[in-house]
Amino acid sequence: MAKYKMHVLVCGGTGCKASQSAQIVENLKAALADNGLQDEVQVVTTGCFGFCEKGPIVKMMPDNTFYTQVKPEDARTIVEEHIIKGRKVTNLLYTDPETNEHVSDSKHMGFYKKQIRIALRNCGFIDPENIEESISRGGYEALGKCLTEMKPEDVIQEIKLSGLRGRGGGGFPTGVKWEIASKNHADQKYVVCNADEGDPGAFMDRSIMEGDPHCIIEAMAICGYAIGATKGLVYIRAEYPLAIDRLQIAIKQAREYGLLGQNIMGSGFDFDIELRYGAGAFVCGEETALIHSMEGQRGEPTFKPPFPAVSGYLGKPTNVNNVETFANIPVIITKGAEWFNKIGTEKSKGTKVFALAGQINNVGLIEVPMGITLREVIYEIGGGIKDGKEFKAVQTGGPSGGCLTKKHLDTPIDYDNLIAAGSMMGSGGMVVMDETSCMVSIAKFYLEFTCEESCGKCTPCRVGNKRLCEMLTKISKGNGTMEDLYELRNLAAVIKDTALCGLGQTSPNPVLSTLDNFWDEYVEHVVDKKCRAGVCKSLMSYEIDQSKCVGCTACARNCPVSAIKGDKKMPHTIDTAVCIKCGACIERCKFGAISIK
Amino acid sequence: MVKLTIDNKPVEVAEGTTILKAARQAGINIPTLCYFELDGMKFENKPGGCRVCVVEVEGRKNLAPACATDVMEGMVVHTHNARVINARKTVVELMLSDHPNDCLQCSKSGDCELQTLAQKLGIREIPFKGEQSTYKKDRTLSVERDMDKCIMCRRCETMCNKIQSVGALSAVNRGFEAVVSPAFDQPLGESSCINCGQCVQVCPVGALSLVDNVSDVMRAIADPTKTVVVQTAPAVRVALGEEFGMEPGSIVTGKMAAALRRLGFNYVFDTDWSADLTIMEEGTELLGRIGKVLAGDKNAKLPIFTSCCPGWVSFYEKNFPDMLEYPSTAKSPQQMFGAVAKNYFAEKIGIKREDMVVVSIMPCLAKKSEAAREEFKVNGNPDVDFSLTTRELAHMIKQCNLNLNDMPSEDFDSPLGESTGAAVIFGATGGVMEAAVRTAYEVFTKKKLDNIDFEVLRGFDGVKTATVDFAGTPINVAVAYGLNNARIIMEEVRDGNPRGFHAVEVMACPGGCIGGAGQPYHHGDSSIIRKRMEATYREDAGKPIRKSHENPSIIAIYKEYFGEPCGHKSHELLHTHYFDRSKKIEKE
Amino acid sequence: MTKVKSLADLKAMREQFQSNLDVREKSNNQEEMVQIKVAMGTCGIASGAKQIMEYMMEKADGMKIRAVFIQTGCMGHCNAEPTIEVIVPGREPVVFGLVNNKKADEIFEKYIVNNEMVDGVIAINNEVADK
Repeated sequence: MAKYKMHVLVCGGTGCKASQSAQIVENLKAALADNGLQDEVQVVTTGCFGFCEKGPIVKMMPDNTFYTQVKPEDARTIVEEHIIKGRKVTNLLYTDPETNEHVSDSKHMGFYKKQIRIALRNCGFIDPENIEESISRGGYEALGKCLTEMKPEDVIQEIKLSGLRGRGGGGFPTGVKWEIASKNHADQKYVVCNADEGDPGAFMDRSIMEGDPHCIIEAMAICGYAIGATKGLVYIRAEYPLAIDRLQIAIKQAREYGLLGQNIMGSGFDFDIELRYGAGAFVCGEETALIHSMEGQRGEPTFKPPFPAVSGYLGKPTNVNNVETFANIPVIITKGAEWFNKIGTEKSKGTKVFALAGQINNVGLIEVPMGITLREVIYEIGGGIKDGKEFKAVQTGGPSGGCLTKKHLDTPIDYDNLIAAGSMMGSGGMVVMDETSCMVSIAKFYLEFTCEESCGKCTPCRVGNKRLCEMLTKISKGNGTMEDLYELRNLAAVIKDTALCGLGQTSPNPVLSTLDNFWDEYVEHVVDKKCRAGVCKSLMSYEIDQSKCVGCTACARNCPVSAIKGDKKMPHTIDTAVCIKCGACIERCKFGAISIK
Repeated sequence: MVKLTIDNKPVEVAEGTTILKAARQAGINIPTLCYFELDGMKFENKPGGCRVCVVEVEGRKNLAPACATDVMEGMVVHTHNARVINARKTVVELMLSDHPNDCLQCSKSGDCELQTLAQKLGIREIPFKGEQSTYKKDRTLSVERDMDKCIMCRRCETMCNKIQSVGALSAVNRGFEAVVSPAFDQPLGESSCINCGQCVQVCPVGALSLVDNVSDVMRAIADPTKTVVVQTAPAVRVALGEEFGMEPGSIVTGKMAAALRRLGFNYVFDTDWSADLTIMEEGTELLGRIGKVLAGDKNAKLPIFTSCCPGWVSFYEKNFPDMLEYPSTAKSPQQMFGAVAKNYFAEKIGIKREDMVVVSIMPCLAKKSEAAREEFKVNGNPDVDFSLTTRELAHMIKQCNLNLNDMPSEDFDSPLGESTGAAVIFGATGGVMEAAVRTAYEVFTKKKLDNIDFEVLRGFDGVKTATVDFAGTPINVAVAYGLNNARIIMEEVRDGNPRGFHAVEVMACPGGCIGGAGQPYHHGDSSIIRKRMEATYREDAGKPIRKSHENPSIIAIYKEYFGEPCGHKSHELLHTHYFDRSKKIEKE
Repeated sequence: MTKVKSLADLKAMREQFQSNLDVREKSNNQEEMVQIKVAMGTCGIASGAKQIMEYMMEKADGMKIRAVFIQTGCMGHCNAEPTIEVIVPGREPVVFGLVNNKKADEIFEKYIVNNEMVDGVIAINNEVADK
């Protein structure tokens, strides 16, 4: 095999693929062939680099040059300039928003500086469809170590010592979960990987499966060994075709190499994995609902206990962990619990992957040590708020989480601190909002999501969330009263107190946290009938400044509902009762006479 | 044993007990809606969905559903503090906010668990206004669905799927749009529904109700050209009293006959009479088949399945079309009565069948659809015109300003009114089998049966099996109620009948007809069904004649009209045949 | 393909595959290893830069020196091609001109291993070279 002097890594995550990264790979290969360099330069399709804001990403190695927003037609330039002439293609380099300077090495980019990559260690580094690359990064060695050198209870002990907690949202100690499953004896047990990632905007798990599927397979086998299960199931949403593809390839390769199947590495341990497809119901991320869905039942939760560790898939002891949780396992086994334990805070160890989104400069996937502050994430990694606007709130934990404000910026991020602040870790969604976000509308947005995704089994979630949502709509329309605000809080509290599953119990969090942190804004909506962010249309009114209006009639002629009246060359007026607030008049007015109040 | 405190009361219960049951043991009644228990089937429905039974458990961050939470040592439970009451009230208010609240016109008014709960919690206004679910109404020949009233407790779904394994009803859609419905929103009548009505029996509100035929019957009575004949099923007499405030298990046979007469029925007869007739036919058929099998006839199938229960008949026509030769061809007592009334009796009193209206009072909803079957009609005129339930009869009596309590005790009319104890026990699970054995034994062995009480066939167990010694010939019988239990036996028979059953009795409803869907609502309290069962055997024990073949009126009609059991005439009038109705399920 | 039959098998396989990822592994911590930048302008290639780079890569492997090789453009010393820049962690970068196999051996054996200067240094840092 040719020994390549240079590797060109092209992101093949779903996001970059959507921006034609596959074409970039084709073009790079063609350009290299044209120059006779196909044996000197290797083009590798990898998983996600995380910096999706700037995708598609192309990374040159060994000089570590990081090209952003590459288009297929840039491929030839990269080959001719960078590879042949050794000159960096400056217009494809990342520009630091603060210094306005080009940064070529990703290590020096703010986005990557504070990150520690454990779960994402191989994402954007290896070809996920090539098991050899995984093996050369130490893939399956942790499994080998467990099977050859450790007893199942040692493995559980190691995971317990590491302090790893479930990354799917709940934060239950993984080792304890495994221990419970291991102690329940049965003729058959199951390991289930929860890949039903459903928070809006979250794609941590998808990226891991797309970028490093072998680490999930390895971790599931380790778990199987630890708890005494020989069957693994990945419950993955059918909307993740690329992740499904890569997992299938990886499972096939692992079987071919004898890393799945009978008598793995001569240890006598058998383990195999099957995929199960979900139809994308959010509630199926809840482990009991997930299990019912896999069984072919309606995907809805059942009361725990019994926990899946006692009676899960087909009534057998089942251990369910999320993708990111699994992704941490091999590293913990290889490097030891003690190493892992040093990262993070007292009760939250290791790192957490977040999908950073919203009004922030660097949108993307990040992995940061527990205990990092929101300020570091937003301003250093995220590069601050877009367009120099003011930070207003950050929503963590998806529809189950809450909105945190300026006063929480210096709170170290971990499971317990986020809950104390009225939000939660969740699976890792992080949406940053600026002053143009209306908090009533934000709460409504998340409630609409939960209403849509509620399974409808328990009354508080089925009817209660619907009523919460209707009250929020009433408030955003300017029809709310102070009584509504109190009723809103009472109902939200009762839902939290009485709902059947985690989805229902946490669904009022966006309402409660905004009520707590942005009470004034709610009061403004109901008392002053004002929306300071200018989002709630019903609360806006358009006005013509009589001193500025010259009576050109442009606005009146373009008003679709004829709400503007006035004689030629005389100041016009808007009949607010008729106005539908479409904004057509503002666009037409050349004199800046029309404003929103 | 586990010690805990509920509402400051120390309680000691067995491990694995739920808070709900522990509280009940301590005399504290935590309200429930989605919960119900069928203790005979050892089935407890505790999905924890309605959240009405939530209680506070100290140390827990949220409230716990009492029905689904097991007690723990040292647990401290509060069932009625401010937090719990506020939550419970809010939950019920939420239900009411998506409910038509048309109690005055609702068929369930007075029997509605939601109404009772709202009253108990003192709900005076509903603070939540918003969208209400609206669905199109749907009905089969037996069941009416008005899903606007559904509170998604999904007891019906449990009955339909877990107990009956019919699979007609299940939750569809999500969130606020979630509702219980047949698949693809098809009409219930086109689904796999077998009209057993158990969904109606467990529905706590008015979402599922029966198709009411009271006014049809009132019209027939008012029509001077019609002779209206009524027959009453065995299980009705031990339940009707409940509707008039009597203790469950009160026997009101005589009062019922009196009331029916006062309602204006021209002839007040008894389905018990035709139950005795059924035993003659079915028992003879059983012995015939056993004889054929013993003689090596490959076409004769064993076991014979009883065919009295129309829900069950519909179930095997839909689910086991490959096994239609197993069930007895004998019609059900309702249909035998209808056939005899419209042929033999009409002739006897000299009227045309078109001028006779046969009404049946049944504990059952499926009987309504059985009566409407094409094979039970002559030129479009049905043998049984209308089938009313126990509840409808009660309404009719009340509507006519009568009170069952005030009725004298009267006898049924003759000749179709005389019956034996064997007919009475048709109402309870195992009763048909016991009655059949009483007769078949004596016919087969030509010996007198000394002890006619087959205790082993009685009781509330979902499946009972026994071997009866027919003077040296062991006869293996099985008794099941709940169609899932029946399905298990059917599949076993299909797989070669390893337990060698000769006869199997199946009733669709819990405890047999006494737990039928047309009976007064038991609201999940199976002690009521048990009391009806006790009453049934009490009535049997009190009868002077307790074997069907000793019923003088039955002996007389064979002599006068039918000749012999399973003879030519009885095949014509008293037997039927079955159809493959599985296609209907697949149609959608 | 052979199945992995033991942990030892797996480790051997890793050894075997690892070199394929060497270029990437090194790029992640190039500051910690010897960086050798080879000028690959037309002039450099014409003077044998490609051949010398390959030679040096093998040399580094042979001596078990963790070194990362980076191709750069012309450094402006067209008269002294092939030109290479060597950065040993903790030392100033040094540019060598007219590098041939013999010179390469010297650079490795003397300069990199023992910090002994060898002939052919063009300038001790880029700034000077640029002047």
